[in-house]
Amino acid sequence: MSRLREQPTTAGRARRWWTARRRDQLAGYLFITPQILGTALFVIAPLVMVAWYSLHEWNVLAGSFEFVGDANYRQLLDDPGLPGVLAATGVFSLGLVVLNLSLALWLAIMLNRRFAGTTVFRTVFFSPVVVSLVAWTIVWGFLLQNDGGINGLLSVIGVDGPNWLRGEATAMGAVVVVQVFKNVGLNMVLFLAALQGVPRELYEAASIDGASPWRQFRRITVPLISPTILLTSIITIVGSLQVFAQIDVLTQGGPGTSTTVLVYYLYQQAFDFHHFGYGSTLAMLLFVIVLVLTIIQWRMRRRWVFHEN
Amino acid sequence: MKTRANRGMRLLWYGALSVAAIPFVFPTWWMATSSLKPVSEIFAFPPSLLPQSPRLDAYERVFQLQPFAQQYFNSMYIAILVTIGTLAVSSLAGYAFARIRFRGQNVLFVVVMMGLLIPSEVTIVPLFQMFNGFGMVDTHWPLILVPIFGASSVLATLIMRQFFITLPVELEEAGRIDGLGRFALYWRIGLPLAKPALAAVAIVTFLNSWNLYLEPIVFLSTPENFTVPQALTHFTDAYGGPLWDVQLAAASITALPVLLVFVIAQRHFVEGLANTGLKG
Repeated sequence: MSRLREQPTTAGRARRWWTARRRDQLAGYLFITPQILGTALFVIAPLVMVAWYSLHEWNVLAGSFEFVGDANYRQLLDDPGLPGVLAATGVFSLGLVVLNLSLALWLAIMLNRRFAGTTVFRTVFFSPVVVSLVAWTIVWGFLLQNDGGINGLLSVIGVDGPNWLRGEATAMGAVVVVQVFKNVGLNMVLFLAALQGVPRELYEAASIDGASPWRQFRRITVPLISPTILLTSIITIVGSLQVFAQIDVLTQGGPGTSTTVLVYYLYQQAFDFHHFGYGSTLAMLLFVIVLVLTIIQWRMRRRWVFHEN
Repeated sequence: MKTRANRGMRLLWYGALSVAAIPFVFPTWWMATSSLKPVSEIFAFPPSLLPQSPRLDAYERVFQLQPFAQQYFNSMYIAILVTIGTLAVSSLAGYAFARIRFRGQNVLFVVVMMGLLIPSEVTIVPLFQMFNGFGMVDTHWPLILVPIFGASSVLATLIMRQFFITLPVELEEAGRIDGLGRFALYWRIGLPLAKPALAAVAIVTFLNSWNLYLEPIVFLSTPENFTVPQALTHFTDAYGGPLWDVQLAAASITALPVLLVFVIAQRHFVEGLANTGLKG
């Protein structure tokens, strides 16, 4: 029926300008209008603004706002604090990704068996995901302090634990571990879904050929779930660059600046020291890092992703 | 032979997973039980796994030290509004990108997806300035409007689009013959079928809003306006040191409803997440 209406005669074209097809198109535009306006107002405009701000010396307290060209970017290159900040950010991201993905994959493989109790264990490993982030972090902060629960438990077996969050060597590791247990359940679930798509016959055939479990893991499991590995690593890396609440609650960037990651530094510069211009420059740096990482991962997908779709 | 090997395997399996479960369960257990202990017992060596004489002292002080009920209500209503708003915005846009052909569709889709690339931390300074200009600093508007319309709803739109793409064309053709317009097709055919995707989006959105931390501490300054995560860190003594028993009690109150919902809806929750467009 509608097809008939969409093919008007030449004489009827003017009259039939308002066709079902055009009405459909209009509906399409109307449907996406809220999202498009939101993107324009809350994503694109702020991105342009932050680029603009980064070219200004802007101290909110002093009330100064003047164009300084690339001065903030030169300050960025000369900032004695920045190498430490980038190192902390890199250590956090790398530690988180490696620990998170390997633990998630191990849990998923363990839970991909047909034993009674898999649902209970799944719930257990997933439950921290739904505990509110700050609540989870506060409890761990309590457990990790000098006279807290971890050292209490260690003292039972006669070990004298360090002051985890106040030691330069242990603070970052502690923050990473807290974050891993919080969110590993998400990646575990995604891996479980992927594992269930791997045909069991492949493993049976490999077993008959005498392939060891490790070989089966490398030659069958990893290649077949590589799209999920890519997806989870992107999600985890980009998420790790945004870590803020955990740092603010556990260490406030300390001891020294050993846990001052980029977002925390950005927050300090902009909202503690009121340097909106330099804060914006740091935000641009964060944006560029996320962009570059995403492009690299996207390019790499051909090389190590076995199949797509 | 085979049975014995299997039994050994199974024991090993249960053992390994039980040990692995400790750091996932213990903190929540510790939080709940310690909130019922006096401070002296919280720091007792060796630690006690159960409170000697449970008391609700700390829970009373949660509500005395801060307007915690108000703050709880703030978080709750903000998360509900954000969830409803995101469902509306993302299902409309996701539906249009999946099922309607219109000019400029691909370009517009790429523009929207840019939001995935831009962490909210990148734009926090200009957003603060923007809402300052609107006179909306220290109100809840930024915490409601930005998540619904901004970058955080983009992932929801992607999930909805991936779902609507899989709907068979025949379903809508029947509706068309009955004379339904686009909105009716979306509302009466698309949405009812999209319940699993909507549920996943709703849960993820609610949790994200409930957990928001950077934005509240940037935008809000009056305790009456605080959200729960922000309020949790403000239970401190005169020297800025944390009041542990009160913080743990408040944290327990915060975790409880979400955990409860999760335990009840566990099956749908985990499967929904695994099966809804997030699959690799």
